[in-house]
Amino acid sequence: MSFFVETFIGGLLAGVMYSLVAIGFVLIYKASGVFNFAQGSMVLCAGLTFVTMRDRGIDFWLAGLITLTIMVAIAIAVERVVLRPLVNRPQITLFMATLGLSFVIEGIAQIAMGASVHELDLGIVDTPITVGEVQVSQFDLVAAATAGVLVIALSIFFNWTRVGIALRAIADDPLAARSIGIRLQTLWQIVWGVAGFVSLVAGLLWGARQGVQFALTLVVLKALPVLIIGGFTSITGAIVGGLIVGASDSLAEIYLGSLLGGSVSTWFSYVLAVGFLLVRPTGLFGDAPIERI
Amino acid sequence: MTAIGTDTIEGFGSTDETARSWLRIALAVALLAGLAAVPLVANDYWLNAVLIPFLIMSLTALGLNLLMGYAGQASLGSGGFMAVGAYATYNILLRLPELPLPVNLLLGGVISGLVGVIAGLPSLRIKGFYLVASTLAAQFVLEWLFNQYGWFSNYSTSSSISAPRLAILGHDLSSPTGRYLLTLATVAIVTVVAIRLVRSQTGRTWMAIRDMDTAASVIGIPVAAGKLKAFFVSSLVIGIAGALWAFAYLGTVDARSFNLDRSFQVMFAIIIGGMGSISGNYVGAAFMILLPILLDHVGGAVFGGAIDPGQLENLQKALFGALIVWFLIKEPRGLAALLSRAWTQLASRFER
Amino acid sequence: MAEPILQLRDVSLSFKGIKALNALSFDVERGEICALIGPNGAGKSSLLNIINGVYRADSGSVSFDGERFVRIRPARAAHLGIGRTFQHNALFRHLSVLDNVLAGLIRHSRTTLIEHAFGLGRDRSETRAFGRRADEIIGFLDLARHRDRVVSTLPYGVQKRVDLARALVGRPSLLLLDEPMAGMNQDEKREMSSFVLEANRSFRTTVVLIEHDMSVVMGLSHHVVVLDYGRKVGDGTPEEVRRNPDVIAAYLGTVH
Ligand SMILES: Nc1ncnc2c1ncn2[C@@H]1O[C@H](COP(=O)(O)OP(=O)(O)O)[C@@H](O)[C@H]1O
Ligand SMILES: [Mg+2]
Repeated sequence: MSFFVETFIGGLLAGVMYSLVAIGFVLIYKASGVFNFAQGSMVLCAGLTFVTMRDRGIDFWLAGLITLTIMVAIAIAVERVVLRPLVNRPQITLFMATLGLSFVIEGIAQIAMGASVHELDLGIVDTPITVGEVQVSQFDLVAAATAGVLVIALSIFFNWTRVGIALRAIADDPLAARSIGIRLQTLWQIVWGVAGFVSLVAGLLWGARQGVQFALTLVVLKALPVLIIGGFTSITGAIVGGLIVGASDSLAEIYLGSLLGGSVSTWFSYVLAVGFLLVRPTGLFGDAPIERI
Repeated sequence: MTAIGTDTIEGFGSTDETARSWLRIALAVALLAGLAAVPLVANDYWLNAVLIPFLIMSLTALGLNLLMGYAGQASLGSGGFMAVGAYATYNILLRLPELPLPVNLLLGGVISGLVGVIAGLPSLRIKGFYLVASTLAAQFVLEWLFNQYGWFSNYSTSSSISAPRLAILGHDLSSPTGRYLLTLATVAIVTVVAIRLVRSQTGRTWMAIRDMDTAASVIGIPVAAGKLKAFFVSSLVIGIAGALWAFAYLGTVDARSFNLDRSFQVMFAIIIGGMGSISGNYVGAAFMILLPILLDHVGGAVFGGAIDPGQLENLQKALFGALIVWFLIKEPRGLAALLSRAWTQLASRFER
Repeated sequence: MAEPILQLRDVSLSFKGIKALNALSFDVERGEICALIGPNGAGKSSLLNIINGVYRADSGSVSFDGERFVRIRPARAAHLGIGRTFQHNALFRHLSVLDNVLAGLIRHSRTTLIEHAFGLGRDRSETRAFGRRADEIIGFLDLARHRDRVVSTLPYGVQKRVDLARALVGRPSLLLLDEPMAGMNQDEKREMSSFVLEANRSFRTTVVLIEHDMSVVMGLSHHVVVLDYGRKVGDGTPEEVRRNPDVIAAYLGTVH
């Protein structure tokens, strides 16, 4: 039983980190209707930039600040150079453009900073904590707490500020944002900037956990089922979806994996997500577009 | 999903329709004859590394385009369906060696088509991007299945298995020329059937569903059946392409060559080539297959060992991505629309 | 008198608590042109959507041609002979006029995928027969000039006619027209009215028509039903409705 609980809790903690990446998606999706596949390469890019500067002996906070500046710059550049010309194009074209973009970011980041695996030490101790009979990784706990704080901060930011209200308004009607006094383009840049910041945090946490390496980009493939389950348009959905995917994934890996004789982690969350979709075609919290005829 | 090039590509809507369509048929025949004669001049490198993968990628793109460009159901499961076709064909070759090769390929395709129908079931309830994501489930499950269970690869110890010999009516097809001609013939036949299909009642059903599914169901079009048929035909074609990829191109059956990157590659091919256009598949496939080869040669020539190969690869990757984005921005309806405009000009000049 | 072709009994529908239709009942006689009028948001389009199965009524029933149902699938409604045009453009925008019209015949098709792929069996004869029927309707609605044009490139008024052609080609016994003349000038309206009248006479199609222009309604219809906030406030001949004080208060008094 304690093993079950341990697996479950470990999964939930990993899930919070999935939520973090998923929220980056949701923000961009709500603001510009783009499913941004390049989010994964942004995570990698952030991790690589940070770790390269740390390796050169640059101070932790300074490195963080520089990386943040670079990420926001990239995000804004992407919005200008790629998305603006593609406005009003079909969703799938936008998606493929961000995929092409991810090649560019990954290629350049690796040219500039190398492709080897870098250790990243954030100074978080990683001795397991024992509560009753259950052991929990301290690192996971801290990472999840950080992610959790960020998630809450973002929800507050997007629920209570003018930007947040504008964001909700444009999801219904692109012109509505103007009535709140924020230019659509400014809004996009803010959102993309925030997404850059989110990828920095995600890049650091994931990078510290499994090393900064190319595989970091694959975190998008984990965030996708999270989004399907939660709905593309809901921050709450991203959080709930992350927890569901995190927990069910690690349980399935142990219990279903042994049954089928192999790792099921590549597909389990996707199949689960399709199951959710069959019941709720736009995710748990996503809003269905109203089609009037 | 509305970047559809049908109007400009399939119909000119002019009074000289018949004259032009004869011209088109004549050109197509000439092109086919030319392609069939290629082995007389091309060396093995061109056949093996350029033409064969180009043709097979065109076929795969055609399969996905039927589903996505015509029926409006986007899918990222192409790699998975290619794998089904490849493994099915391999197992049929292995277990029923007396069947002739064409029958074998077709059966492999049909099996892939049936798997496609199952993978397409969510489309009856889910739309748009949610559907794209759900086809990823099919992609990952299929990839896993073929890696996980040895039965599919006849318990071969290496992770890839070598393909059996290809032969039709006793003619050995394992030379580059033989494999090229087999591929070319398959592509030509499937293309003709696909053109018939998209101009038929079935094609109209698909395009109606794509353009406005609610209206389609209100005027009595069987929407659910139409979607599933699209998944069937599409996966059938993609399955055949997968079998060719394994047998006529790689010479091995390996699940790793049918991964998500393959699915992305196929989707790039049709978006860059032109959705809802038959000719777009060839243009898009050419782009996706030739561009990396070109970048490779250019990179080799320019830097020629001056920088390390890993860096060169990263550079190519970045450049490739940038070019893709650039084409997506510049040519909303795909390269085929561009060619079609040129062709219309040419044809009108020809008639004068 | 023969049984009405369409009978609505206590039909109610709400969206998230907003009552779009409130216990609505009326009959449409076979062969008549029935106009459905009422201010925007009165529930007219929703009513048509219930009749052909796009929406599902919360309660009440619909009888069509003697068959009673609470819920029907759109495709089934089409097969029973209910045709429909749409308020907001719902054509197949990348297809030509001819292909849009041909799409209206797909439900009568008896051929299979295999026949289509290889041009076998009945495919050719069916294609020819459908082509003739489509061209007939295209001629009838004076669309021959536009036959091969992609519909999204056509003017709005012409698109409305294509929508009508797509619905008519399958020879429905009941035709539901949702604001077929919205946004048209007087000439276009007159032209459209004559098409509707022609369809009603020569194909004996029963028509339920939503329209705001009272002169069109008065000239065209045999029967008028007035809706306001999902409730029926008038039901009778054009003359009766015109004199009904409730109707005047609810609808005719306001400017549209
Ligand atoms: N799909 C829908 N979702 C939510 N509300 C709807 C929907 N369709 C109609 N409504 C609401 O129902 C009411 C009636 O609308 P409608 O039938 O379109 O009116 P009309 O056609 O008479 O203008 C309106 O308040 C409208 O907002
Ligand atoms: Mg209406």
